[in-house]
Amino acid sequence: MADRALRARMIAPRYLDAGECALTVEFGAAIDAGLTARVLALDAALAARPCAGIVETVPTYRSLMVHYDPLILPRAGLVAHLEAALEGPAPAPAEGSLWHLPACYDPAVATDLAHVAAATALSPGQVVAAHAGATYTVVMFGFAPGWAYLAGLPPGLTLPRRASPRDRIPGGSLIVAAGQAIVAGLPMPSGWHILGRTPERLFSPSRSPAFLLAPGDRIRFDPVDAAAFAGLEARAAAGEPVARKAA
Amino acid sequence: MTGLRLLHAGPACTVQDAGRPGYLRFGVTPAGPMDWIAHQMANILAGNPVEGAAIEIGPGGLALAAEGGPVRIGLSARGFRVRRDGSDLPARVALTLQPGARLEIAPGHAALWAYLSPSGGFDAAPVMGSLATHLRSGIGPFGGGALAPGQVLALRPAAGEAEDWALLDPAPPTAGPIRFIPGPQDDYFSPETLAGFAAADYTVGPRSDRMAYRLIGPALAHARGHDIVSDGIALGAIQVPGDGLPLVLMADRQPTGGYPKLGTVIRADLPRLAQMRPGQPLRFAPATVEEAVRALRAAIPSAAALRARGRPLRSVRGLGPAARPV
Repeated sequence: MADRALRARMIAPRYLDAGECALTVEFGAAIDAGLTARVLALDAALAARPCAGIVETVPTYRSLMVHYDPLILPRAGLVAHLEAALEGPAPAPAEGSLWHLPACYDPAVATDLAHVAAATALSPGQVVAAHAGATYTVVMFGFAPGWAYLAGLPPGLTLPRRASPRDRIPGGSLIVAAGQAIVAGLPMPSGWHILGRTPERLFSPSRSPAFLLAPGDRIRFDPVDAAAFAGLEARAAAGEPVARKAA
Repeated sequence: MTGLRLLHAGPACTVQDAGRPGYLRFGVTPAGPMDWIAHQMANILAGNPVEGAAIEIGPGGLALAAEGGPVRIGLSARGFRVRRDGSDLPARVALTLQPGARLEIAPGHAALWAYLSPSGGFDAAPVMGSLATHLRSGIGPFGGGALAPGQVLALRPAAGEAEDWALLDPAPPTAGPIRFIPGPQDDYFSPETLAGFAAADYTVGPRSDRMAYRLIGPALAHARGHDIVSDGIALGAIQVPGDGLPLVLMADRQPTGGYPKLGTVIRADLPRLAQMRPGQPLRFAPATVEEAVRALRAAIPSAAALRARGRPLRSVRGLGPAARPV
């Protein structure tokens, strides 16, 4: 099976112990679409082959952390299961759902739009067109509940973090920095640039499911004006989902 | 309906079950107890499942009273001073609290965290499948926050009354270094830095909480910078930020992070670290995964062994202070 041998050689991650109850499967050290695709493929492969002793998995841009119970599944058994998942047949196309999130880029909520435009030598309209024109993949949630880290930001919107972080940015903020894009789930401190806001709640503990999106899902932002945003915001506040899942 | 009325609650008292698994991939920390061994002991003393919910009593202590009827509890509070209506009790007891009696768990000679488990458990709706409390995101039962005086925690009905008994264990807690498994980013440090870490004296810093214990001692030099592309953070990760001062990430840690982690404290030793007060000195020693798993297996409290070591509380009464069990 030349094809299988080739894949095994190409996908040769490092197994790094994070204590005796977690193992980091590291595909690389950088943010790279190819690495991220491998991380999400392994995550999907593990989900497709349940294994007693694997507690949960946490994808990031470049690695998959596998939390496990070593009293049920010893490290050697876990590595054997991971090898089988890496070398076995790839699961059915792991393309997640495509979500359309309403996004308001009105200056009232797009606090840093003018600054980003100046820093990237684009007009505010071009910044919005670039941000809203891309299709993103949800790679991971990190930092705080419902903070979705995305892949797919157009390179033209790359700029460093703010010199001083803000104490609190609103939930739903669409933020960018260092070539990455995030939808902020809950209000939190942040040093990233605010380009707009979605009225959708990515995390709502009283709703089932509490989380709207999952790693591997894709996102597009549908621009709405300030009046439409206010209406959607009221509906979202009442617990109604306002994002649209493409069929 | 019976309940526990809180008469006093120091900072950082929360309700914690064994943790909220399954949501790390959505950015939600499992939370859970700082000292999982003492947490399991309180549950065993209460006759509850070991992963059940208990009050985690923080460094400021707690006082409470039963309401609406007698309440059976298990208490694991080594290092704290425990009194019922002013009379000293052993730190680890199973007892029935009659309405009107005041149980006080006050800071004592050692430790930071104690656990009180009501038999039958709390009458609270699980939040995302769990009764653990994550303070920073406000996720958890009873409002998701720290417990406050005046609050009444509703309880589920418990099985019938039983005799009060106590654990009399004169053995002091294990001493020795806090063991850690190197990685996942031990290669961001030189072999000399890693060896120096294991040979150095650290103390627990004052700015420590359920999220992280900051260590005071020699700063650790990064060999390859202090920025990594964020990856997963395990319970007990020893993270080294830009200033080189390591911190150990505890129950309320963030799920992912962008600083190198030189090692991870093994599960068996995490409770010992968690119970260290600010200023207390400590050392670290490297361990293998095999050693850590052996130590973990040995650290899990055995309900049968605990019951075999139990003594009726009546027989403990009247002991002088010198003989008072710790």
